[in-house]
Order: sequence, then C-alpha cells, then structure tokens
Amino acid sequence: MHNLTLAELSLGLDNRDFSSVELTQFFLERIATLDQRYNSFITVTPELALQQAQAADRRRTAGAVPAMCGVPIVHKDIFCTRGVRTSCGSKMLDNFIPPYDATVVANFAAAGAVVLGKSNMDEFAMGSSNETSYYGPVKNPWDTGCVPGGSSGGSAAAVAARLTPAATATDTGGSIRQPAALCGITGLKPTYGRVSRWGMIAFASSLDQAGPMARTAQDAALLLNVMASFDPKDSTSVERDVPDYTAGINSDLTGLTVGLPREYFDAGLNPGTERALRDAVAELQKLGVTVKDISLPHSALSVPAYYVIAPAEASANLSRFDGVRYGYRCADPEDLRDMYMRSRAEGFGDEVKRRILVGAYCLSAGYYDAYYKKAQQVRRLIKQDFVAAFADVDVIIGPTCPNPAFAFGAKGDNPVAMYLEDIYTIATNLAGLPGMSIPCGLVDNKPVGLQIIGNYFDEARMLNIAHRLQQVTDWHTHTAPGLN
Amino acid sequence: MTTTDWEIVIGLEVHTQLATRSKIFSGASTAFGAEPNTQACAIDLAMPGTLPVLNEEALRMAVMFGIAVNAEIGKTSAFDRKNYFYPDLPKGYQTTQLERPIVGAGYVDIQRADGSSKRIRIHHAHLEEDAGKSLHEDFHGMSGIDLNRAGTPLIEIVSEPDMRSADEAVAFARKLHGIVTALGICDGDMSQGSMRFDVNISIRRPGAGFGTRTETKNLNSFRFMERAIALEVERQINVLEEGGSIVQETRLYDGDKDTARSMRSKEQANDYRYFPCPDLLPVEIDDAYIEALRADLPELPDVRRQRFVQQYQLSTYDADVLGCDTGLATFFETTTLQCGNAKLVANWVMGELSAKLNSTGLDIRESRVTPQGLSTLITRIADQSISNNMAKQVFEAMWNGEGDCDAIIAARGFQQMSDSDAIATLVEQVIADNAQQIANYIKADASKRPKMLGYFVGQVMKLSRGQANPQQVNDMVLSKLNALL
Amino acid sequence: MTIERTDIEKLAELARIDITEQNISATARSISEILALVDQLQAARTENIEPMAHPLDATQRLRADCVTENDRREDFLALAPCSESGLYLVPRVID
Repeated sequence: MHNLTLAELSLGLDNRDFSSVELTQFFLERIATLDQRYNSFITVTPELALQQAQAADRRRTAGAVPAMCGVPIVHKDIFCTRGVRTSCGSKMLDNFIPPYDATVVANFAAAGAVVLGKSNMDEFAMGSSNETSYYGPVKNPWDTGCVPGGSSGGSAAAVAARLTPAATATDTGGSIRQPAALCGITGLKPTYGRVSRWGMIAFASSLDQAGPMARTAQDAALLLNVMASFDPKDSTSVERDVPDYTAGINSDLTGLTVGLPREYFDAGLNPGTERALRDAVAELQKLGVTVKDISLPHSALSVPAYYVIAPAEASANLSRFDGVRYGYRCADPEDLRDMYMRSRAEGFGDEVKRRILVGAYCLSAGYYDAYYKKAQQVRRLIKQDFVAAFADVDVIIGPTCPNPAFAFGAKGDNPVAMYLEDIYTIATNLAGLPGMSIPCGLVDNKPVGLQIIGNYFDEARMLNIAHRLQQVTDWHTHTAPGLN
Repeated sequence: MTTTDWEIVIGLEVHTQLATRSKIFSGASTAFGAEPNTQACAIDLAMPGTLPVLNEEALRMAVMFGIAVNAEIGKTSAFDRKNYFYPDLPKGYQTTQLERPIVGAGYVDIQRADGSSKRIRIHHAHLEEDAGKSLHEDFHGMSGIDLNRAGTPLIEIVSEPDMRSADEAVAFARKLHGIVTALGICDGDMSQGSMRFDVNISIRRPGAGFGTRTETKNLNSFRFMERAIALEVERQINVLEEGGSIVQETRLYDGDKDTARSMRSKEQANDYRYFPCPDLLPVEIDDAYIEALRADLPELPDVRRQRFVQQYQLSTYDADVLGCDTGLATFFETTTLQCGNAKLVANWVMGELSAKLNSTGLDIRESRVTPQGLSTLITRIADQSISNNMAKQVFEAMWNGEGDCDAIIAARGFQQMSDSDAIATLVEQVIADNAQQIANYIKADASKRPKMLGYFVGQVMKLSRGQANPQQVNDMVLSKLNALL
Repeated sequence: MTIERTDIEKLAELARIDITEQNISATARSISEILALVDQLQAARTENIEPMAHPLDATQRLRADCVTENDRREDFLALAPCSESGLYLVPRVID
C-alpha cells in the first residue's frame, strides 16, 4: 500500500479496495514503526487522523467525493492547525496550539484529506539541512548519516520513506525543491500568490510560498488542485482562477522550448549531477522539446540579495515572539527588558537569532541604502533576467542543487557554506516564479534533482513536462534502500 | 531678557482615530469601552500566520481628510513597518506609512483672536494602526495589557512648524477637530483618546534658525495642550537664559498635576528600521475615486462659519466659535430651527451650555440638555414668561434632570408676573410704604431722578419675589412717579 | 564589513535578544561572514533601478468595513504565559 501513489490510492478508495480508516491505520503503524529512524514528525495525530478517516469513509458512502477524500497527508509544522500544536520547529512555539487553521489546512480538510501529523522542519524554516530544528535533525532515508535538506526536510523524508503518500511544505529560498531533490521526490513551489499564506507562519513574507511534495508530478498536480486558491484573507493572494492541474498533464511536448541557463551549469555543479541532468534533457529532446542555451546574468547575486531581504523581513516577522501573548516566556523575568531579552534568547535557536541580527543590521540607520535598498534593486535585475529569458523559452531547466545530500555537520558552523546550497533555487523566490524539482538520477547512491522553472502561473506546463518525463524515466520510482 | 525676546515655534502631530466599524487590518470591532481583549482578534494579537487586509473605509476617510485640507492625494501609497518592542504593540512593529503617505502637503487656515487668519501648512498625513493599552494598576507588581485598541485605524496629521503661540496651536487643533468631525471621519471625543496631540516645541531669537525641539506626547484636551505648551516654553526659556541648552527629548505632561517630565525609557536605541511591509501591497487610487469623494464632501467649518454670519446674522466671533466645532454647530442649528432667535441660542450655547460641558467634561453629544429643551427655554425667555435669571435656574434644573422646561417653571412657581393689574397693585403699595422717599424724589433735581427710580423698582421686584417682569415694573413705576410730579 | 563587539551589542538591543559574553565574538564572526557574502551586491550596477518590494506587480485589495470577528478572548488568553482579569500580564511597564 505504501508504494501506491496518491492517484492510485484515490482509485483504490473509489473501488473499495480499502477504506480510508484502513489506509490511515496502515500509515500510522508505519510511522510508529519506522519514524524513529528518520525523526520526520514533530507531532503524530492518530486520533484526529482516524476521526477524519471515518468521516471520509462516510462521505464516500454518501456519494461522489473529491479525489483527495480519505487520502492521508502530512502538514509541515509551519501551518497552523486548530487544536494541534504548531511549533514551527522552535522551542518558542513548543506549547503553541493555534485556535485557527491555515487556509491550506482548511482546503485539505474541505477536500476530505486525512492528516497523519505535523512534519519536522528547520526552525522557522531557516535552514537547508534540517539541523536547526528544536526537535532534532531529520535523517535522509537514503542515507541516515546525511541530511534530508531543508527546511521542509520532515515532509520530504516522510514522503521518501513512504510514511505518507504526500505532504505540504513551504519554500522561501528552496525549502521545497532542495529537500525534494535530496530525498528523491517531487516537490513544487508555485508562483508567489498562488497558494494562500494565511495561517502559515511567516519567515520572509515576500518570498514564502506553500506547495506540495509527493512522489510523482501527477500527485503534485492533484495536491496543487487543493492547495491553490484565492484567499481574501491574504492581501498577496492572487485573484485568478485555479485550473485543473491534472487536465493537461499528458499533453504532447512537441514544439516546447527549454532554456538551459549557462550560469546553472557552472564549476560549482557536481559532475554527477550534471550528467544526470544532461541525460534527462536528452529524454526531453526525444519527446520533442527544443533546447536552448540562455543566460541569467545576475544569478550570482541571488544568494547575496536573498540574505539581505529574507533576514530583513524575518527580523520584523519574528518580533511578535516576545513572550507576551503566546509561546515561550523565560522564567522569573527581572523586568520588561529582561523578559524580552531572555525569552527570545532562550526561545530561538542560533540560526534564527543570527538571521534576526543580520536583518536588523541591514535595516538599521545608515545601512538601509547600502544593503536593503540595494538588494531590492538587485531583486528587480534578477526578475528582469527571467522576464527576458521567458521571451524566448517556455520553461527553464537546471539543477535543483549543486550536490546530493551531505553528511550531518558537513557545513560545520559556517553559515555561508550552507547558504550556497540554495544557489540555484533562490532566484525564483526573489522573482516570485514557480519552480519544481523532480528526481533525475543517483549520484553516490543518493538522489539528485532536476529543477523546472516556469513562467508566472505556468505550473500546469511544468507539471506536464515533469509528468511526461516521468512516463519515460523511472527515477521517481526508486526507493531508498532498506524500505521494501 | 524677558519672554518677549523669544519666538515660540510649534509643530503638531495629531493622532486621529477614524470612525470605522472594524479595524484597519482586521474584522474586529473598534467600539470603545468593551471588556479588555474582547475586541482583539487573531490579527490584532499578531497570532502566528495571520495577515492584514486594508479596510476600504479607513482609506476613504483618509482621502476625505486630504481633500478637506487641500492636500495632494497619494495616488500610490504604501505601508511600512516601524520596528520597536513594546507590550502594547503585538507584532513588534507598527504598520504605518513613511515613504508614500496617502495624504501629501496641504494646509488649513486658522482664525486668531484679533480676527485675522493665518495659514498653517500640513506636511502630510498618513494611515497607521493604533496600539493597545498598558494598564499600570498593580497586578502583583505587573502591568496588564489590553489590546482592544490595537489596530484601530488612525490618521497621523503632521503639521509644519508654523505656529508661534499656544493660542495658534490650539486654534489649529480646534480647526482640525472641526474638520474631522464635520467629515464624520472621527467622533472627536478627546476624553476617549479619539484625538491625541503631540506637540513639538522650540524657541529661538526672532530671525534665528530653529532651536532644538522637544516633543510633548499624548495631550488629549485643548486645555492640556495650552498648559503643556506654556510649561514647556517657560522651561526652555529658563534653561536657555541660565546658559544651558535644550536636549532633544520626549516629554510627558501630567494634566492632574500640571507638570511635565522627560520620558527617558523610550529614548534609548531609537532606530525604527522602517521598511516596506511585505504583507501589504501598494494602494492605488484614481482621479475618479478622489473626485467622487470631493463631490460628496460635507460642509466644512470654514464654509459653515461664513454661512452662520449670513444666514443667522451672527457676529464673526460667534460664527467662528460655533462654526468650527461640529458638535456645537449642529446643536446650535437644531435648536435655532425649533425656536428661531439665533442670537439668543448662540449666547446660550456658547455661554451656559459650554460652561456646563467644560465643568462636567462631557461632549456636546452627551449634553444633558437637548436642543429641544434649550429651544423651549429660549422660547420662554423670548415670550417673557421667565426672566434671564430664572432661565439660568431652570437650565440648571433641566441639566440636573428635574424634568422638562415648562414643568420646572411650573413646579418652582417661576411664572413671570406680567399681569399689569397685579404689578400695579405692588407699585401702589411701594409708593404708599415709602412716603419719605417719594417726597425726596419729587424734590430732587431731574438729573438725579433716574438713579433714584432704581430704588422703587427694586422694592417692587422684592415684593414680587423676583417674578415681576422688570421692564414692565420699570415702566409702571416711572409713569406713576411722573404722575406725582 | 567587520562587525565589532559594540555592533553586536547594539543589534542585540534592537532585536531584544540577549547575547551572552562568551557568544559575542562567535556571533560577530558569523555575522561578518554573512555580510561579506552580502557585500557582493555592491558590485551590481543599480543606477535608476526601482527597488522591488513585491514579486508581482499587484495592488492592494480592500476589505469591506464589516465586523466579522467574534470575541474569542478565552481561546486566546489560554495561550498566554501569564494573564489575569482578561489582561495579558507583563513585568511592569514604565513610561
């Protein structure tokens, strides 16, 4: 059952091959047995899941249901879930039980999906290795000595370990695509504004976007059908019809042009990853696409621009964690200042504190123009690079990350080395473009990802290309060793 | 050197709560006086993952204000975050407008006591959210935080430093109060904090550059503003004349003690790290939107006071006082509509009624004497049923809730004696009882007689226990005495 | 850009994050490394480039002025570290 895709599970439920309760129990048992290896969950919610499964079974008996009805999923612990602890991977919110649901959570509830639990993540989504979680690191199912990527490492590992058929995730600089690549699954970051941010704990508001993680492009399309919506509660949500992302997934690729940015095939790219990519591109050519070399000249500036903008926004977004209304408050504060200083020092981990300080620095008097304003200008240059490229090509393809999963502690205490892992993913967040990662090979027996970057709101085309590629390759079916 | 050698320079920042039903970025109620934290929703509390959406009415009201003060309206305005930690500020930043405010440069004209007018420039006005309140009552040595007010929409109106006296500052503040209440965008109730004034004050030798300024924050009445300015000017003069220098600082005025002190705690690390709010997008409005609001703008104080002169023949002074204050203006017009006699109504509204409101601290809309009540009272004065003196007592009784005007007049036996026969009887009696004085009167030089007449009138009034119509008594005594000559 | 101890102390105060004496130099070092990365931005030619705050060229939507939120004080206060009589309690606030 754990090797079935969402689409297959949905069909199985329709055919009464199994009930949602049976399915849910199966995955709950699998989590109970296996997750001690991976630590991919912060909270498992068996009672809630079984209640939802029973409701889904009743609903199915009563008549036609949405595709996701009765299918188990996992939410990244960044999405607020009413009545279920939502920690964001932080000690700061270890005791936080939201009295409201994120719109993404509400959308899945309305579709009848069953929530198995909340997945582990880098603290406040700040990290590329899942090592910053208060709840301990998540281990990569392909090699438990290696990181799963981050920040959505728990969601990625849970899908890769077949503890759930699908999961929600968020991506601020690569947090869906990079762990998807490192865990050998499919993950999609939609266009900024496509999925509501309401109830999703903010890291960097102008960059954050939620998206699905699953094993196949087709499953990602099914999930995106539920996740994407216009939400009046989010001012940055886009008022635009949501297409059926599965509708054109089998379309012929003939005549499409794929751009390969030369800056993405640079010296920093692992040769094994590059070979896997070139092979995948060759498969696409067989399917009728034309390949074109392109340039995104400001690519090298995306990481520097990001590490001004994201920390700046985060420094303000995380000011609300002050020990007054919810979350952690230090013991016995001497006075008001002491309450702030110690609650935040004790409640936040090192990486979060580091980014808050960097953000405060970039916005402070005398530095705003040199850092923040400059980064915002570079952000426009980066967007303009993409706009120019999309005048000539339909999608852009490149690596998701330079290397396969690295060992725990490999980046030491050097934050910059870690930041450079996101060198190929960050630019799309700055531009607000959609990007997805699909598995395209194994390097050192660990998966590597191919990234598809689409034009604004062109998720359907990206899914179409990914799906057709997955029809003629089998990298997405590979399973981490020791799981079957 | 004396005070007259110094020029006072004043600029105001005015926080004006907009009279929307819901908050600027959330659907929680803005009603005043609810139980603590019952009107603070997830957004107002800055719960994780919550997001702001702008209230269209707050935007509309801000644009109306801009039109009313002859300002440029920001076709594209934007919100910024102002970062600082304070327990009444849940997000750890205030959402406000720094770079692109909704209202640009404008002006209003104030009327000075000598009848001249002066133009005060407005630098800009921007939309922002109000903070909650810290209650300093002792909860085991802790403070309590009520966030009901958090997220209430404000426009902050920032003037140029164009005022040169406390009187001008108060006139400007009153004019703004008149404008926002005439527009209906603020209830104007300063006792509930609907309008709060921060006053920037500096002094200089005439012709010199600006001196160092201080800011006295959160003044919530015109009287406090006047006092706070007087105190601060005096303090600055003393400092400078003793050879000291003014430190730029924020000061707090205590109205109860009529003292002010420096607020040191808010001064440290004053780096607000403003940046564009990523959760809110640029606000775009077009000419059609602005022109539609301009066309529907209610009557403004300047137009109203001119109309009062023409329509009711009020003096310029009366028209300024009544026309500038929307509450008084409405009360005046409603009362006048019912009883006519605009001049008498104006006197009563500006005199007895205003004094009562001042002494009780009530707003005109909370007046315990209604326009209906005052109009009856004025009708009784005009038809001479009661004297002015009686009317004051009746007004007092009406204020104290002793019943309506006519009932009070009847209950107190205040019916003015206008019956000629009854008054004639009293006059006869006074003449009979005062033979010696009558003889003196007759012997006296004609030029001295008018003064002596007062004695007899007074005696008649006394006999009538004050109820005789004084004019009638005067006429009758005079004619009786003339007949004796 | 080299970050000094005094910079860290100022940032810690602005961000209200206590940084212990033994962590100051390590924090200064890692923030210096990040700022060295960020300083690559200075090479970019950005004359006449409008800063970009939002990825999409969208404008603000407006909500109708309606009260849509009910009183949920008890739900929210249940999350508070310290509360009494409907109020959030904090160490005494001194103006």
